[in-house]
Amino acid sequence: MEPGPPGGPAAASATSAAAPAGLPLSESEQQRYSELFSRCCPPPEAAAGGSSVGELFRASQLPPDTLHQITEVCGAKRVGYFGPAQFYIALKLIAAAQSGFPVRIESIKNELPLPRFVALKNDSDVRYGTPAELHGVKFQVPHATLEKNSYKRTDEGDKQEPKSPPMSPICSPPASPSTYQRIPLTYGYSKSRSGLEQQHGAPYEVRHSTHQQDGSSSGNYGAKPAHACATLGRSLSVEREQPDSNAHYSDDPWRITEEQRDYYVNQFRSLQPDLNSFISGSVAKNFFTKSKLPIPELSHIWELSDVDCDGALTLPEFCAAFHLVVARKNGYQLPETLPDTLLPDYLQAASLKPLRDCALFDSYSESLPGSQQTRDFSRTEKTSAEEVPDNSALLQDTKKDDKQALKVSTAVKTIPKDFQHLTVKTAPQEPNALKARPRSRSYSSTSIEDAMKKGEEPPTPPPRPQKSHSRASSLDLNKIFQQNTQAVRSGWLPPPPPALPPRPSVSQTEQVSEVELHPQMNRPPSQAEENSSAKKEVVLVQPPSKPARRKLRTETQGLETPELSPTINVTSSMQAVKPHLPVQKQSSKQKRAIQTAIRKNKEANAVLARLNSELQQQLKEVHKERIALETQLEQLRPVTVL
Amino acid sequence: MAVCVAVIAKENYPLYIRSVPTENELKFHYTVHTSLDVVDEKISAMGKALVDQRELYLGLLYPTEDYKVYGYVTNSKVKFVMVVDSSNTALRDNEIRSMFRKLHNSYTDIMCNPFYNPGDRIHSRAFDNMVNSMMMQVC
Repeated sequence: MEPGPPGGPAAASATSAAAPAGLPLSESEQQRYSELFSRCCPPPEAAAGGSSVGELFRASQLPPDTLHQITEVCGAKRVGYFGPAQFYIALKLIAAAQSGFPVRIESIKNELPLPRFVALKNDSDVRYGTPAELHGVKFQVPHATLEKNSYKRTDEGDKQEPKSPPMSPICSPPASPSTYQRIPLTYGYSKSRSGLEQQHGAPYEVRHSTHQQDGSSSGNYGAKPAHACATLGRSLSVEREQPDSNAHYSDDPWRITEEQRDYYVNQFRSLQPDLNSFISGSVAKNFFTKSKLPIPELSHIWELSDVDCDGALTLPEFCAAFHLVVARKNGYQLPETLPDTLLPDYLQAASLKPLRDCALFDSYSESLPGSQQTRDFSRTEKTSAEEVPDNSALLQDTKKDDKQALKVSTAVKTIPKDFQHLTVKTAPQEPNALKARPRSRSYSSTSIEDAMKKGEEPPTPPPRPQKSHSRASSLDLNKIFQQNTQAVRSGWLPPPPPALPPRPSVSQTEQVSEVELHPQMNRPPSQAEENSSAKKEVVLVQPPSKPARRKLRTETQGLETPELSPTINVTSSMQAVKPHLPVQKQSSKQKRAIQTAIRKNKEANAVLARLNSELQQQLKEVHKERIALETQLEQLRPVTVL
Repeated sequence: MAVCVAVIAKENYPLYIRSVPTENELKFHYTVHTSLDVVDEKISAMGKALVDQRELYLGLLYPTEDYKVYGYVTNSKVKFVMVVDSSNTALRDNEIRSMFRKLHNSYTDIMCNPFYNPGDRIHSRAFDNMVNSMMMQVC
């Protein structure tokens, strides 16, 4: 849509910046550009804010490669900022690109139409309906659990600043998702995020204009409301204009921190001791099913993370998948395409150098408690997690794992132990699984190089894996078995979230049956709110902690939990989880908070019980009345019937 | 550019069916369903001995006035049926073949996913995107 050229171009608007020498600009262009420039660049500054410029460029709907080229050509990269000259040149180049000319200085010498920016209004009454929706859709973080993240709330409410245009809807990734790598990281993320950032002026780096090897992650730092607390405070002081190549790791939900990575690697090791080899599909499936995400989401996560589509996960793929699971459980929406920072190549390289910035490490762990509150929300999505059939083609796998899960659920165990069991069980099945999936596309050898050779896809289809049924009848059998095993399955061991400091796991209520889980899971988030402050870190890191149970424990078995928690605390702290000093300070606070919560709940219980008995009383009285009335009626009846 | 793409399981129920949403989509469903007969006919015509040599691409199943129907069968008897607008001039055989090949590759990618049960309906976003790229762009 073409914003109308400014009416009355005769009087060129006052602009402190003149057009760069040698660049012919018509009057309308001059006026338009100066408007855009002043919009992007608050008057006192000499250079346009990198973030607003980035958004503007994105609104031009050009592919990001073109935008990078434009940035380079206009000289912003060279000088490091968008001065008026660079800005004007860039705008002209955008116009050229939109008209189909190559991005070159020569092409802008000609007369060109004005560059078009989607949904860019000249007025200041841009409404943020779209980005807010995007925001809401993308993040789905429940308000109730965000008492800490007031930032985010004010963002949604505050739509006054006309600094950025409403973004066009998310669904415009420029390239087909079949090539995961080069896609700018869920375009929608960058857009919605930049909507966010404009509103509170957060200077998240706009990376689109500085591109490092991977041409995409513009505004990678998409959507980190949950991390808002600590990291936002810090990043507010960061320079805006400089599109520098240093990523702001703390902002990016799709970047794996060092401790997360270590955790994932450990989990991988528990499933597959050889770090250079694969985890087969069935093993991975059982593992991720324990996270109790719905199967379609897990399926999508798999699709995203299994880049070479061989039905097995290498270490970087596994880390990516695990990270996506964690993010999803924290309430983030899954991206349409794999973010760059989760690419296997990237992760391979990243694993070689540790992340800098230990400060961010702390902030990450601090802010994670906030993000964990979103688990409550994600919990309500999983009401049918148990009903979802366990899709294991190997029947023995399901049965054994279910029994395993059952055992696990009834005893307090820590994850490493469980995974030992799992590994033991699946180790013999792994070779079967590997054999059962001979795919000509996946050289299921035990070296990553072979897996990476994925390039060619043979035109003929690979032989069908054995474990997929070959007859119609077996399909039903599969389903029947799955239903049977579902009844048996009663517990799960979720991969714990990455914030690893051990917290008192008050949630060790393994005794609670699943039946109780369901009604509890539907409890409104407001309930969770009061508990969540107490529990938010609790579930976090505990390896055996079950977020679902977290809600329950306040209602029932409050007594047992304090007893359990010290023991679990001890055991968990022994685990691979790394303790953090700030956490231990809070654990005692946790206990107190938990105990007060328990007391409150007991009182509520008592009140409800009283209410119940009163109502029962009333019911009895009403019954008596009714009986009395009926007898009266009977007596009267012979009179009336003549 | 296809007007309708369908993936039919071995037992002849649809795993995935997607049409251009212009007109009565049931018509396409019906077409696909009736084309299954033709597919079966072609398969059986090959004879059991020739199963391995049978080519996967079945070619034009039957033309009607408005559109043509093409078929493709995999070795596990999963069928891909594609309905193409007749007015779309000269979609060559090669192009149809390549479209089927892409479909097949995407289908195998879905199969790779351990969370996918063979026989379930296909809900993969990647598959959707790929099919979208093949469908006619209707304004």
